[in-house]
Amino acid sequence: MLRLAPWLIISLLVGPILAGLAMAVLPAFGYLPALGGEAASLAPWQALFAQPGLARSVAISFASGLVTTAISLAVVLLFLAGASGSRLDRWIRRMISPLLSIPHAAAAFGLAFLIAPSGLLARLVSPELTGWERPPDALVVNDPWGLALMAGLIIKEIPFLLLMSLAALHQLDAERRVAMARSLGYRPAIAWLKVVVPSLYPLIRLPVFAVIAYASSVVDVAMILGPTLPPTLAVSILTWFNDPDLSRRFMASAGALLQFGVTAAALASWWGLECLVRRLGRGWVTGGQRRRGERVLRLAGKALILLAAGTALVGIAGLALNSLAGFWRFPDALPQAFTWQHWQRALPSLGGPVTATLMIATVSTLLALGLSLAALENEQRSGRHPAQGRLTSALTLLYLPLIVPQIAFLFGLVVVMEALGTRPTTWLVIFGHLLFVLPYVFLSLSEAYRRFDPRWTRVALTLGATPNGAFWRVRLPMLLAPLLTAMAVGLAVSIGQYLPTLLLGAGRVTTVTTEAVALAAGGNRRLIGVWALVQASLPLVGFLIAVGLPRLLWSNRRGMRGTP
Amino acid sequence: MPIRPLALLPALALMLAGPLQAAPDPTDWNAVLDEARGQTVYWYAWAGEERTNDYIQWTADRVAEDFDIELVHVKLSDTAEAVSRVLAEKQAGNDDRGNVDMIWINGENFATMKANDLLFGPWSEQLPHYPLTDPENTPAVRYDWTIPVDGLESPWSSSQVVFYYDTALVDAHPRSMTELLDWAHDNPGEFTYARVPNFLGNAFITQALLELAEESEILYANMQEADFDEITAPLWAFLDELHPLLWRGGRAFPANSSELRRLMGDSEISLALSFSTTEASGAIANLELPDSVRSYVHDHGMIGNMSFMAIPYNAQHKAGAMVVANFLLSPEAQAHKQDPRVWGSNTVLSVETLDEADRARFDGIDLGIATLSPDELGEVLGQPHPTWVDALAEAWQARYVGR
Repeated sequence: MLRLAPWLIISLLVGPILAGLAMAVLPAFGYLPALGGEAASLAPWQALFAQPGLARSVAISFASGLVTTAISLAVVLLFLAGASGSRLDRWIRRMISPLLSIPHAAAAFGLAFLIAPSGLLARLVSPELTGWERPPDALVVNDPWGLALMAGLIIKEIPFLLLMSLAALHQLDAERRVAMARSLGYRPAIAWLKVVVPSLYPLIRLPVFAVIAYASSVVDVAMILGPTLPPTLAVSILTWFNDPDLSRRFMASAGALLQFGVTAAALASWWGLECLVRRLGRGWVTGGQRRRGERVLRLAGKALILLAAGTALVGIAGLALNSLAGFWRFPDALPQAFTWQHWQRALPSLGGPVTATLMIATVSTLLALGLSLAALENEQRSGRHPAQGRLTSALTLLYLPLIVPQIAFLFGLVVVMEALGTRPTTWLVIFGHLLFVLPYVFLSLSEAYRRFDPRWTRVALTLGATPNGAFWRVRLPMLLAPLLTAMAVGLAVSIGQYLPTLLLGAGRVTTVTTEAVALAAGGNRRLIGVWALVQASLPLVGFLIAVGLPRLLWSNRRGMRGTP
Repeated sequence: MPIRPLALLPALALMLAGPLQAAPDPTDWNAVLDEARGQTVYWYAWAGEERTNDYIQWTADRVAEDFDIELVHVKLSDTAEAVSRVLAEKQAGNDDRGNVDMIWINGENFATMKANDLLFGPWSEQLPHYPLTDPENTPAVRYDWTIPVDGLESPWSSSQVVFYYDTALVDAHPRSMTELLDWAHDNPGEFTYARVPNFLGNAFITQALLELAEESEILYANMQEADFDEITAPLWAFLDELHPLLWRGGRAFPANSSELRRLMGDSEISLALSFSTTEASGAIANLELPDSVRSYVHDHGMIGNMSFMAIPYNAQHKAGAMVVANFLLSPEAQAHKQDPRVWGSNTVLSVETLDEADRARFDGIDLGIATLSPDELGEVLGQPHPTWVDALAEAWQARYVGR
């Protein structure tokens, strides 16, 4: 049974994605019988390339994939190099979970309200410092270069890359390496960058690729912060799919394939950049320079991460303020009055979506946890250890749902499901969520699972326990903390899913996220504030349980509490 | 539930008939009511406004009470999502157990569904409440953007474009597109409209064309490619001059009417437009706009249209959907909808022809401080043919996107 687990996982992830992609390829070449497309043709591609501003859409999507990733990664590495052991370090580590649990859309709304010409920052300093009685006419949010979009993505990707780096660092014994380098006279931050980063990067390479893919194809953040004339490619595709003129479906399918290509091109360019950095960096690493730049690097590492974390938190605080605001005229720093009206209006309709969200998230996370545990236990018993970070290992397939743009295969997947006669039900949505929950659960669990000291199991076996007994009574209880963390990650991923819920649930399954995005279409910032706070607080509860429960259960066993 | 063998017979007959299940016949209304009892109706409706959602929830409570129908609001951010869904079902050969029972629809989405045979009907003209709209004298009920309705959709709401402005910031509002241009020259950055092809953006450029074109009659027939450039030339000259004077110099546009409203609330702009005559009053009550905002219309008249309920050809609960659509047409539901404290969406009923008790329901409504009275709203201009609106939207994008 256990031996089937890896195959089950791979077919669960790969099958639907390939089927969905196939159903995007057919219409892209003119085949869609329901709309009278019976013969292969290149017309959809001609229509696509005739779209005004297409080159610009593609350029922004491509650039935001690369720039977002480069900056997020740089900030994370500089922070780890410059701040380890400091009080800031401990604070940021505690903030990772709350920051991760803020949904992308909520963070984007928070940022938009913070930096807009009529936003919170302008209100705080106006009219005293600026003399603005009216907001200045400056194109800050939705700028044509996508800078606001990239900023919004960066503040969300930093916590993700940080979490992945911290998990990988456990394998590297970074302290000893740095101590060795310091004994040779290297300053701490320089030492970290020179002796830890070259070994760390290969371990976080796949998460980095996932960030590139996400940033180049994101829909909700781009709708809120991205350029509008034209929007990014992914947003354009969504509008074409939703166009009342059904013949645009052909062009939209071609666009979905183009998006696939743009993401692939961004990944390939990143790979080229890797080679370049490796070549240029080698000289710097081995050059023997021990202290130059130390202070700047330390300062940059601390300042940048503070800026990113602070922006996200102040943005959310701004939304919270909005959810309680009466009329709030520019340039007042605070609303004229506070009211519970917005919460009171929203509360009666919160119950259903919150229950559905929690149910879907719990079931998909438990399924993912079961499959991941089965695969990992199989790996342990068969004594095989997959090569990590290498692109050729089977583990790479786990990343497929994170690297293939959602918009490229989800529409096709809906058609496949329809053709199979599957009714859109909560189960179908759970299955759709599993595609994205499973990789994250597996990735956050696998590290702790593989590092688990094999001697514990051996002791249990010599004392007469069966392999299953050792698994249930020794391994699982000792891994409680990482198990709960993996579950919290899974819950957070599931709660944040928008497109899979909408498309596979046929809109009938409403979760907090689908409600929030539908309301976001209404642009009422006060209601958005209410829903974004609810949306952010649900995953936070999961993270709190993950931290709190082991401490409670193991209050008499300090080593089991799993504090990082 | 006790099983009564005789009661199973009709069901058995239906099963034998296979997928060609008999559609409910609206002329036999009692049979429709019987069939609808206990059904769950999935109503796919745009959900960007909290007040709309609250009204739909009220409807759900009422039809559960009166007709034993469970009404589920499937919340959309774009009506075309529902059209996509029906299309995907047709593509997959699902012709008799579709998920979408009822869609709030009009204009291009209706034209598309009608042209692709995705609609059930005719049914709407047989609804018991349909005569209350006085269809003989109300062409808007029979033509949706000039496309004949042919009984394929039942009227629900009527709306008209109005402008609104902040009297604290603007002294005298413009009364025509030409005056709007002059006003924008004096007040650059103070006005913008929704991004085309959003329906409000389309409405603005269509309104501009109706006011500026030499001849507007031609816009109400199927567009001929040859006429397009000549007819629309004054529009492009107008927009080319207007855009640099808009908010953000016309380099960005708000996505929809609510974002436009938010810009007013943040006092980034002082003049905007809406497809709802009660928008300003509702937003003031909702604390989104200052109470110094008022509405106005152009002397030329303003574009107006109706929105409808349609039932997809493969809907599973057609009887339930018909009963809900008929309830939505009742004087009770229509008057409740028109109250700005509830929603403020105008009725499609011909109020003068109602009996006294029903007329009183409408007379008692307070429309709010920023809402124009029916007399002040002036002439309603019909929506041009969808082919024109499509072509305008496409030309707009070719001209202004990616510059």
